[in-house]
Amino acid sequence: MAENKKLSRRDVVANLLKNRQDALIVTGLGGTCWDVTAAGDSPLNFPMWGGMGGSSMVGLGLSLAQPSRTTLVITGDGEMLMGLGSLATISAMKPKNLSIVVIDNEHYGETGMQKTHTGMGTDIAEIGRAAGFPYAEIIYNNIDLNKFSARIHLSEGPILGVIKVSIAEDPLVMPPKDGAYLKDRFRDALLGDPNQ
Amino acid sequence: MTKINSAATPIKSNWPEEVHDVFKKLDIDQVCHVPDAGHAKLIKLCQSDKNIICTTLTSEEEGVAMLLGSWLGGKRGALLMQSSGVGNVINMLGLSRTCRYPVLMLITMRGEWGEFNPWQNPMGQASRPVLEAIGAKVFDINTSSEVADTVTAASALAFNAQQAVAVIFSQKFLGAKTFTEETSK
Repeated sequence: MAENKKLSRRDVVANLLKNRQDALIVTGLGGTCWDVTAAGDSPLNFPMWGGMGGSSMVGLGLSLAQPSRTTLVITGDGEMLMGLGSLATISAMKPKNLSIVVIDNEHYGETGMQKTHTGMGTDIAEIGRAAGFPYAEIIYNNIDLNKFSARIHLSEGPILGVIKVSIAEDPLVMPPKDGAYLKDRFRDALLGDPNQ
Repeated sequence: MTKINSAATPIKSNWPEEVHDVFKKLDIDQVCHVPDAGHAKLIKLCQSDKNIICTTLTSEEEGVAMLLGSWLGGKRGALLMQSSGVGNVINMLGLSRTCRYPVLMLITMRGEWGEFNPWQNPMGQASRPVLEAIGAKVFDINTSSEVADTVTAASALAFNAQQAVAVIFSQKFLGAKTFTEETSK
């Protein structure tokens, strides 16, 4: 598909978050960290600046600890590729409240736009289905994106949406950088006490 | 068939039950693990405990990331693993140092005492220095009388100071598998 026909990552993330309700959000490092922050910083966002390959597992731990809350991981194709085993682990645990979104521009945006495997034939949604996700789709347009968005709050997960987006040079919108602060503000907002 | 001399005799101990009791006392109810013969009994105890959510991982580093999510969600967890997997967690343990959250690792040792498989030695022998290099506090268990106290103290440090803590169950304590045992399976 031509780049100019693809969805914009900032629009996609804003769309996913416009009706977030009380969802708990975990991001991958790099582009999705900036995208989620551009849509609005929140204490119930946990934007990761590192730990590449770990965001989906942070989401799994959170979703199992808070089974009544929607948990949404928004990460990139490069970050997801570094933690593919977690798709098997998540499938085995079947957390109904967990959704994984891969913002897939088929490139490593933070390191000089090298091509990722998704631009060389790898289909992360197919991997998710093979791992056991009950719902895993590639999304190319707004109609399918809206259908996927509606599923996030249904608690029929785990679900995986691989959303194809264009290569873009969006402005950096950075959340707070201190990991301990991000963790404490999240626990304070969710649990009412960071020491709990 | 040659039997390789193992200096270690497998201990008769109910240490897995003792660790499980510590988990119960300290509300540790999110346990994740990779397959491990040394932890087999403890894994079984956790899997059959309806109050513990037990997750099988494909790789140890998944557990380090998962425990961040558990802590964000207000739960306490533990990661059960073998020394062979220590190298897999080092990079992800940087998250614990940056975000200051507890990672309680219970590690059974290979490659240090009567090991029959030399392929286990490099990672086993490097485990302590690399854990310390990334900032994890390391405790050792060498006798059955130390198990409950050490796991309790290690947990207190992990959850109160919100840091990575490793408890190493030595191979001398656990008992090394022998070549004969391995090949007769």
